[in-house]
Amino acid sequence: MAVSSPEGQGQFPLPKILTYPSSTPPTLITQGAEGRVYKTTHLDPSRPCILKYRPPKPYRHAILDARLTKERITAEAHVLARCAREGVPVPAVYATDPRAGWMMIEYIDGVPVRQAINEFLGKRPETDQEKVAAEETDNVPLIELLRRIGATVGGLHGTGNVHGDLTTSNMMLRPFSTTIAAEGSKARMVEGDVVLIDFGLATQSSSEEDRAVDLYVLERAFASTHPRAEKLFQHVLDAYEKSFKKAGAALAKLEDVRRRGRKKSMLG
Amino acid sequence: MSTGTVGRKSTSRYFPPSFLKYFKRKLKWSLKKEAQSSAVTPPSAPVPPLSTGSSLTKIEVKNKHNNSFTTTTPRTHFDTADSPKMTSSNPSQKKRRIALGCEGSANKLGIGIISHDITTGEATVLSNIRDTFVSPPGTGFLPKDTAAHHRAFFVRVAKTALSTAGIPISEIDCICYTKGPGMGAPLTSVAIGARTLSLLWNKPLVGVNHCVGHIEMGRTITGADNPVVLYVSGGNTQVIAYAEQRYRIFGEALDIAVGNCLDRFARTLEISNDPAPGYNIEQLAKQGGRILLDLPYAVKGMDCSFSGILTRADELALMMKQGKKGPDGEPFTPADLCFSLQETIFAMLVEITERAMAHVGSNQVLIVGGVGCNERLQEMMGAMAAERGGSVYATDERFCIDNGIMIAHAGLLAYETGFETPLEESTCTQRFRTDEVFVKWRD
Ligand SMILES: Nc1ncnc2c1ncn2[C@@H]1O[C@H](COP(=O)(O)OP(=O)(O)O)[C@@H](O)[C@H]1O
Ligand SMILES: [Mg+2]
Repeated sequence: MAVSSPEGQGQFPLPKILTYPSSTPPTLITQGAEGRVYKTTHLDPSRPCILKYRPPKPYRHAILDARLTKERITAEAHVLARCAREGVPVPAVYATDPRAGWMMIEYIDGVPVRQAINEFLGKRPETDQEKVAAEETDNVPLIELLRRIGATVGGLHGTGNVHGDLTTSNMMLRPFSTTIAAEGSKARMVEGDVVLIDFGLATQSSSEEDRAVDLYVLERAFASTHPRAEKLFQHVLDAYEKSFKKAGAALAKLEDVRRRGRKKSMLG
Repeated sequence: MSTGTVGRKSTSRYFPPSFLKYFKRKLKWSLKKEAQSSAVTPPSAPVPPLSTGSSLTKIEVKNKHNNSFTTTTPRTHFDTADSPKMTSSNPSQKKRRIALGCEGSANKLGIGIISHDITTGEATVLSNIRDTFVSPPGTGFLPKDTAAHHRAFFVRVAKTALSTAGIPISEIDCICYTKGPGMGAPLTSVAIGARTLSLLWNKPLVGVNHCVGHIEMGRTITGADNPVVLYVSGGNTQVIAYAEQRYRIFGEALDIAVGNCLDRFARTLEISNDPAPGYNIEQLAKQGGRILLDLPYAVKGMDCSFSGILTRADELALMMKQGKKGPDGEPFTPADLCFSLQETIFAMLVEITERAMAHVGSNQVLIVGGVGCNERLQEMMGAMAAERGGSVYATDERFCIDNGIMIAHAGLLAYETGFETPLEESTCTQRFRTDEVFVKWRD
């Protein structure tokens, strides 16, 4: 029996690799969608890194579970390595053990983009979407972040890979090395480089369809996560369009994918 | 988990604590049900077939009703007058509001009557009658036949709902009906029935989104306060969470709905549609489990797709009929196919739900919709939720399969905030997304 306390955290058995001595004890950062994410100094005391562990899923048929875990860790490590080579901002891969279900990657010292956007939006008084779009000047820092997201996703697609699970939870905001905005200002909250993480569902693909689905997933995740900024999403797509040669074709396909999406909620 | 749950007998299923709570409640209802059913005459079971020469059409009557339950969630209401004795005619003396709900977006015709206590918000099911149009094995239900069924049975089901509830018509506050989404012709038939009642009795109409009906009923019955909702039925596959006055869709099927995938596979295998194709697949799957046949696994973030799986499963079914061997060199059976199909598609559903839970930071999950009755799906979801330190909430077939009571309940919640659908706007729509509804009754 692993855990089932109300808090859940902290009571999971550590994966074996983390039971070896290291300068500081590993800490469970989050129980993500698929795995547990630990911060550890296992490799070197001055180099914090992330250990992403995918424990067996008790609900899944054992054969299916083993297949998916292995596939995903391998895919994640491959795509991360390829992205790093091509200059897409992603954490570096340090080590993997697909059969044991873990991967060790670079620690990104920042917050998830979801959190940054929500903090930024949270500072304004309760307001409706129209107003968010109307007060354009207030939104400049947010819009700039959205443009960086679009450009980064375009960069990824340009390397012939798709992410498979684009949400604002799967992007980290790494503070610029020299900050621009004033200390404590709202703009500071959304400042930083967008670093893509969580490539477990990523695949090698240059098809317009796959790229469009990637964008569609992001568009909907964005709308449901940040309903108040939904109207600003177009800025992501605008920046995406300029980011690589085939972007226009993917955006045209996005229209198709959206239409399919609307059509399908037909039956009760 | 102490052991793998795959392939275990249903008697030794693992359930998280919330399940026990749920079963206790269920027991309470069934006791009440027994107590009441002795006093009420169930509607006469045999019903003549449709007048058109559809001799293949089997129509069954289900009498699931008299289920009382309570909630502790307080709700806001217009007036809080509480008089010791209820007099139905004087509105200021009212102790409860009552709605009649009509559902017919797919092959179930359901009419239910619910009451909400004005002071406590406690909901009580007064009646919940359903009549299902069952098509022969190997076929699906066609809109035209389904609509004819709903028209033919509307009056009978309505009368039974009224007599079971045992309330005078004067006590009913509003008539709720499913506005959409669903199949056009059946929706329209039932809307006409609802309008007729509204004009006949001079009661306001309330158009209800079918999906919101499922969600509100599920929340009330299970007591799940703010869960991530997995809505799985013949026409819909959605992962939903509430935020800022709307049920927002985080993930959904990119092509066919999960129930549709199961139903169509049942047709391939020519499994009976009685009581429901999905139910029969579930029973067959319980006999399988010797092998897991390889099917595509198609998850994209919080979305998923089922058409590729269906294609592959159909291919495997054809191979089976031709006597070809499975991966272990042994022939495989329909039970193996059903088992593999369920294991694969339910793992996908649990995975996208888990992703949404991590994304919104919730550890409650509520399963609604017809596929939500599947015990294997509930079990898998329970194991996932337990790992996250949370729990799964599900209802049984009376509430997760389409029914009139959920329409009455969601409609009454809207009505209590001042919402009504004027007669001239009481249309239906095949497409009506869950997030189009402004949810005024929640904070
Ligand atoms: N390289 C990293 N550096 C810092 N934090 C990380 C890193 N990778 C993941 N995290 C944190 O862990 C969370 C879950 O990680 P993710 O890779 O998305 O796993 P999952 O597949 O479980 O969603 C992220 O939202 C983020 O907060
Ligand atoms: Mg993630």
